[in-house]
Amino acid sequence: MPDQASALQLVLSGDPALFAIVRLSLLVSLSAVVCAALIGLPFGALVALTRFPGRAGVIVVLNALMGLPPVVVGLAVYLLLSRSGPLGSWGLLFTPAAMIVAQTILITPIIAALSRQTIEDLWLEYRDELAAMNVGPAGRIATLVYDARFSLITTLLAGFGRAAAEVGAVIIVGGNIDGFTRTMTTAIALETSKGDLPLALGLGFVLLAIVVAVNAAAWGMKRVGEQYAG
Amino acid sequence: MLTRRIVIAIGAIALLTASPALAQDKSIVVASTTSTQDSGLFGHILPLFKAKTGIDVKVVSQGTGQAIDTGRRGDADVLFVHAKSQEEKFVADGFGVKRFPVMYNDFVLIGPKSDPAGIKGGTDAIKAFTALKDKAAVFISRGDKSGTHAAELDLWKAASIDIAKDKGAWYREIGQGMGAALNTASASNAYVLSDRATWLSFKNRGDLEILVAGDQRMFNQYGVMLVNPAKHPHVKQDLGQALVDWLISAEGQKAIADYKVGGEQLFFPNATVPGA
Repeated sequence: MPDQASALQLVLSGDPALFAIVRLSLLVSLSAVVCAALIGLPFGALVALTRFPGRAGVIVVLNALMGLPPVVVGLAVYLLLSRSGPLGSWGLLFTPAAMIVAQTILITPIIAALSRQTIEDLWLEYRDELAAMNVGPAGRIATLVYDARFSLITTLLAGFGRAAAEVGAVIIVGGNIDGFTRTMTTAIALETSKGDLPLALGLGFVLLAIVVAVNAAAWGMKRVGEQYAG
Repeated sequence: MLTRRIVIAIGAIALLTASPALAQDKSIVVASTTSTQDSGLFGHILPLFKAKTGIDVKVVSQGTGQAIDTGRRGDADVLFVHAKSQEEKFVADGFGVKRFPVMYNDFVLIGPKSDPAGIKGGTDAIKAFTALKDKAAVFISRGDKSGTHAAELDLWKAASIDIAKDKGAWYREIGQGMGAALNTASASNAYVLSDRATWLSFKNRGDLEILVAGDQRMFNQYGVMLVNPAKHPHVKQDLGQALVDWLISAEGQKAIADYKVGGEQLFFPNATVPGA
């Protein structure tokens, strides 16, 4: 990004560097949401619908992991993916893939814990009906996830919000490399360290606008979906 | 299943757009310091290098201590830092192939215009640091094992001050980068040691200015080295060495000398000076 430019100027002039950063931020955080949803939704549903010894402990841990510190996740993934670490041969450190891995770990507990609660509440409502219809476990999970889908979108948005807002994990595993692993949050951290506080703040508003846009899109989809559903 | 369709669509977009970004290309990773990045030096010289060789250089800018650790773990191909003794140890331990001096700039002692320690205009770092301690003037230390932190500790030592023992509430270690240290000093009107390059490109100066500069002991030498492929076989030896060779070539040295901020040269090439 050119010196002395304000964030507004960068947006209005369509600065290619800024748009590459926005694109990478969305790519990384949305990919992490998808990965975390694929793991967290079925896991949350499974915990909601089954009874097993130690279930209370699993729920407490799952809820507690919603508060995973990003910097700790970043450090753990860094040590895992470092060339001297167990998965070093994959060569993923300082790539967008490493950032997706870190954010997936960060938000999977959020999606799993919130979907567990949502689905369990619905389960109490549907239990007798599903039992009467003799629906098997897989069918129960599918039915409940489908019927809770609009609430679960909010769950996914909570995960997305966490991923898009965090800087601690991506700066460690991504390395904030110009044009390759620089995201909105690491760019804001960088401009702050360069003492360009107005640009850093401006970029913060741009990030906020993106998060609002994503949420608005989800809200719109939800409205449309509800109309069709019913 | 609207939710599933959305999820699949997002996944497909992610995969489609991820592939070019994740593709392996002709590129190397350089672990370097915040000063080379924040000052804009890399932004000036790396496009020249790329135009000549086609090699993309990905810079991870960290404090020198962290950058050396990144090199030691094999997570970078080239190390470009400023702490000569740590660099020599890195090579002696077998993690680097050979260290080449590249350039120097200097450290400057920054402080508030009101200058409560009365050190303004001096060129003697020892006198200045002694005065800071005697007057218990608020001083921001990087405290992050960076090259600048190491230089600061050397200056206290040169002034016969055992800072670990003599530090009081006036000595504040923040454990962060140069920019954060300057931001903190600016907010609390404190003294701080900075490399000149970062200071010149720093924007949030507040009431701070350069008070002491020009002491030989405040010279800041940068060295570059290839991470040893014998330790880390995946190191891109040819591409990495190409960058090292270019930095110390006449062309690379000229590119460094040509980089100016506000008409002021920030780094002084000295690859040909023996022992630098």
